[in-house]
Amino acid sequence: MIVLNKEIISIKTDQDAVFLRNRVSEYAKKIQMGLVNQTKLLTAASEIVRNMLRYAGKGEVLCEVLSQSVLQTGIRLTFSDKGPGIKDVALAMKDGYSTGKSLGIGLPGTKRLVNIFEIASQPGKGTKVTITKWKNG
Amino acid sequence: MNKIPILKMGDFLLVTVQVDLYDGLALGLESDLVGMINKHDSRGVLIDISAVSIVDSFMGRILGNIAQMSKILDAHTVVVGMQPAVAITLIELGLPMTGVHTALNVEKGMELLKEKLLPGAYLSNEPDDSPE
Repeated sequence: MIVLNKEIISIKTDQDAVFLRNRVSEYAKKIQMGLVNQTKLLTAASEIVRNMLRYAGKGEVLCEVLSQSVLQTGIRLTFSDKGPGIKDVALAMKDGYSTGKSLGIGLPGTKRLVNIFEIASQPGKGTKVTITKWKNG
Repeated sequence: MNKIPILKMGDFLLVTVQVDLYDGLALGLESDLVGMINKHDSRGVLIDISAVSIVDSFMGRILGNIAQMSKILDAHTVVVGMQPAVAITLIELGLPMTGVHTALNVEKGMELLKEKLLPGAYLSNEPDDSPE
């Protein structure tokens, strides 16, 4: 797996989410990702950024363009924050569960939208979510 | 602060979202719309999202909230022009857009609103000069 491009975007306000979406959309267009996959990736990014802002207040996103083989290229986004973390990750991944006032579809919904979804969290230290979407995934 | 303009068209309110939505903007639209319905006694709200490239769970919920709030204020809401990719994503995300009326474009949305208001809207618009 080769990383073709790297960029770190810091997130502080909900308007930064728009900036992030535009940057990711530029990368997605550059590797000619289809419109549906692009929309899924951007929606997934939007969900995770919201969680980051709501629970941690701020954080940063590492945006990478990946190439696995000649045919398979994609985008990997790594969201890391130093927020309160998630006590029970398995529970947070369940549909309809939320500690906030939301619908509880953010994390499980995001998982359905991308190809690879990884989440690691330590209570009190922070959360790291990695999502990967292949161009033809 | 950014705001989404709301246009008054007779008994209806017309909103065309031409910018990228973020949470604060969507919340502002929700409260502005409810205020405008009350101010102008509007009977219908038409929201055009044809220029919106993504709708996530929060924005979807705001659209649902607007529909429910306006229903309590006796106004119907129609969301029009959703891009196919957005519709696919919303369903895979698992967002139930229940209670939100939809139409393919603004024209069809207007027809739908007029149909819903047919008895009331047409009577109130016609001058009452029928012979006794």
